[in-house]
Amino acid sequence: MSLEKADVEKIAHLARLAIDEKDVPGYAKNLSSILDLVEQMSSVNTDDVTPMAHPLDATQRLRADEVTETDQRDHFQEIAPNVEDGLYLVPKVIE
Amino acid sequence: MHSKTIAQLAQGLRDKTFSSEELTQTYLDRIEKLDPQLNSFITVAREHALAQAKEADKRIASGDATALTGIPVAQKDIFCTNGIKTTCGSKMLDNFIAPYDATVIDKYNNAGAVMVGKTNMDEFAMGSSNETSYFGAVKNPWDTNKVPGGSSGGSASAVAARLVPGATGTDTGGSIRQPAALCGITGLKPTYGRVSRYGMIAFASSLDQAGTFTQTAEDSAIMLGTMSGFDLRDSTSVDREVQDYTATLNDDIRGLKIGVPKEFFDEGLDSEVAKVIEAAIDEYKKLGAEVVEISLPNSGLSVPAYYVVAPAECSSNLSRFDGVRFGHRCDDPKDLEDLYKRSRGEGFGAEVKRRIMVGTYALSAGYYDAYYLKAQKVRRLISNDFREAFEHVDVIMGPTSPNVAFNVGEKSDDPISMYLSDIYTIAVNLAGLPGMSIPAGMAHNMPVGLQIIGNYFDEARILNVAHQFQINTDWHQQAPGGFE
Repeated sequence: MSLEKADVEKIAHLARLAIDEKDVPGYAKNLSSILDLVEQMSSVNTDDVTPMAHPLDATQRLRADEVTETDQRDHFQEIAPNVEDGLYLVPKVIE
Repeated sequence: MHSKTIAQLAQGLRDKTFSSEELTQTYLDRIEKLDPQLNSFITVAREHALAQAKEADKRIASGDATALTGIPVAQKDIFCTNGIKTTCGSKMLDNFIAPYDATVIDKYNNAGAVMVGKTNMDEFAMGSSNETSYFGAVKNPWDTNKVPGGSSGGSASAVAARLVPGATGTDTGGSIRQPAALCGITGLKPTYGRVSRYGMIAFASSLDQAGTFTQTAEDSAIMLGTMSGFDLRDSTSVDREVQDYTATLNDDIRGLKIGVPKEFFDEGLDSEVAKVIEAAIDEYKKLGAEVVEISLPNSGLSVPAYYVVAPAECSSNLSRFDGVRFGHRCDDPKDLEDLYKRSRGEGFGAEVKRRIMVGTYALSAGYYDAYYLKAQKVRRLISNDFREAFEHVDVIMGPTSPNVAFNVGEKSDDPISMYLSDIYTIAVNLAGLPGMSIPAGMAHNMPVGLQIIGNYFDEARILNVAHQFQINTDWHQQAPGGFE
């Protein structure tokens, strides 16, 4: 599996990662070698195998739909980069 | 005082030989004097620790002490601590002060333990050498030109150098056992679900598990008992009673059946390391254990399967770092996409970016079945191998790592060679089993770790097995030169 420069740029965009132009060839090489390693899995037949998502095959616990947490908005927003009137500020999205 | 184990220090506190304040001061002084050589701490919480020590002394005087009351410990900087910086080894969280405590931190606080600081680690726990930390590499106290292993390298280095008698870590693919082996100390990764992941910054949620670094198995048993337990706040926590792990340490191990997987002694294993492991297993034979060869035929596929499952889960978990609610934010974003991309591009280091991209690729449209689903199926096969083996044996033993600690910089440009240093530990995470590494001898003048793998929730047994080795050998008592 060999990734091209354009593949890396596409993946970086999907992951919302800014990558320096000069680093793209290095990532292409490393990611290709990781995918080659991963390719070894094709040596084993897994046709009738059930995929394993949790080591103990546990399923998601459910709880009653009751309010259990108190409002701590101000406390949680103390660490935000930019807030105003209880809202997180980001660059304008809708013109 | 600093060479003592947690059990011995707790006795000293009970007997009033010294106070927790004196004890804490001793370790803080050692950290100040010796840690510049190692860089094992990101934050030293001097005032916080001394305040906790004073409280602990009152509690001891009132007769209300637990086994950890007044004992200095270090927490891996992956556990959120209310009011004290939590970085996860990343520039992304360089300014992050969590608004709450992780469940693990709560439990140590409730037990009256004294937190002396937060230890260095590979960025977001992604690495096997502690070189990916934004706060600089950690050094191995046995030879400061060498790595301590990773990702919990700071905790391992600090305990090995006797800067603290115990520390926590997390293990996603070997991040407790491998650094414990490379630093010559005892490391324990419990069964998946035994310790709460709440407030433990997530890397790969179906694999991450918190555990301990100590000099002895007895101390691991004490710490595990304190930090384990069901937690409603962790959806994968397992509702199962916490045992007294110290109660069975002295059980006789005559007749114990030890399985030794032939796949763990392949051509990748250093021959000097192999000799140490064989000698350690022979020691168990002398203690009356029976050794049988077993096979884990799919274990060779654990590194490939892991490097799909872990990056896929990390790419999802780390999407929360977006520069909006907390963590690093870029200057002057021109629009929302620019804010996301540059905050993440600037905040994450190269290894974290690599893994996010591998995971994003594996989960992207058209590739999911070929990568993620395939890896989950291979994971099942690897897990079934262990289930089959545990039908016939009580514990499984082999090397923790194929080599002793390598030089700083030696593998940092070659991700694959770095990944292969976890070749014997990763399968255990994929299966979700408990595992330990204990000091078993020396090769190339560096420590070698023996890995002991147990069946699900059989922590008491592997601790018993490790303890029996330690009361008959003294490898775990050896401290690196300059740090005795």
